[in-house]
Amino acid sequence: MTYVGIIITFVFVNNFILTQFLGLCPFIGVSKNVESAVGMGFAVTFVMSIASLVTWIIYNFILIPLNITFLQTITFILVIATLVQLVEMVIQKISPPLYKALGIYLPLITTNCAVLGIALIVIRNNYSALESFVAGFAAGLGFLLAITPMSTIREKLDTEKIPKAFRGVPIAFITGGLMALAFMAFDKALLKNLLG
Amino acid sequence: MKDFMKGLFKENPIFIVLLGLCPALAVSTQVVNALGMGAGVIFVLLGSNIFVSLLKNFIPEKVRIPAYIVIIASFVTIVDLTMEAYVPSLSKSLGVFVQLIVVNCIILGRAEAFASKNTLGKSVLDALGMGIGFTIGLLMIAFCREVLGAGTITLFALGTFDGVIEIPGLVDAPARVIGLSAGALLVVGYLKSMFDTLQRRKKEKTA
Repeated sequence: MTYVGIIITFVFVNNFILTQFLGLCPFIGVSKNVESAVGMGFAVTFVMSIASLVTWIIYNFILIPLNITFLQTITFILVIATLVQLVEMVIQKISPPLYKALGIYLPLITTNCAVLGIALIVIRNNYSALESFVAGFAAGLGFLLAITPMSTIREKLDTEKIPKAFRGVPIAFITGGLMALAFMAFDKALLKNLLG
Repeated sequence: MKDFMKGLFKENPIFIVLLGLCPALAVSTQVVNALGMGAGVIFVLLGSNIFVSLLKNFIPEKVRIPAYIVIIASFVTIVDLTMEAYVPSLSKSLGVFVQLIVVNCIILGRAEAFASKNTLGKSVLDALGMGIGFTIGLLMIAFCREVLGAGTITLFALGTFDGVIEIPGLVDAPARVIGLSAGALLVVGYLKSMFDTLQRRKKEKTA
């Protein structure tokens, strides 16, 4: 598949939150205000791009030659946890302003299933190294694309009169459902028409 | 007994504590998938709670989270390989979500919040309660989605029974959107509001 195809697939057609349900916990948990939602979105994009590349390298150059691919799950989760720590330290040293913006979200990312999800999915799809990186980056952008409007809507909802039973999390889910309905417009047929 | 019962409704992982949502939505298209996922989660939860509870005095405080993750990931690998070997069709329809049990926050949450502080017996009860509570939540979502979205209830095939119950009236004209991803979010939203209302009523009554 071409790189453009991968980007469209992971940003729109297979949007991680709205069609695959990966990374739903931060989507509901961190979307209460726009600032933190955007911060989380960028942090996730950053970690996902690096994680998908690093896990690809480890899978193809360590796990396959040693014939221990069954250790995939254990290796990946440990690699991601280490990576998140490393990224946190590096950002803190190199760019304090960026650390200030993303810092508090980074530890939360380890248990974000979107990160482990993209690592496992690129292996399942037999992508090359660069394709994995692009897929990770695109999936992160898809996350950002979903969480930003969601947080804007939720800020507006705070001032609306919502029936008592739906206040808080239930209305967030229903909003997400309606957003997912909109994303149903992006399907495989659209991708085919676009790319021929 | 209290440790067992609390997971079922009062602290139901899906609807009250809102943990483990990603797999809950993704695999709830058919009742049989929900059962498979529930079984996987119960097994991993039980295994990790037992090991964490047994090893709680040996694991150094500082590296406890990575240690828990390794324990959990080992059990997930066991579940993943077993499913692939014995029920390949289920393994295929659950896809990547079997491996993603690792990052299911319920399991790490129970290890950290309960098993690392309590005795073996209590931890086992807690794991069973939480696991069954998770499965009940999952089944409720899957039941709503499959009945409304496809007009069927898919269970295991047994003998002459092919495992699919068709609901007359609904099977010819189902509301397909409920079975799609948008429907999952809507169903969870409505179910959650129901749970919230029930909980609030109960609180008002006792107050």
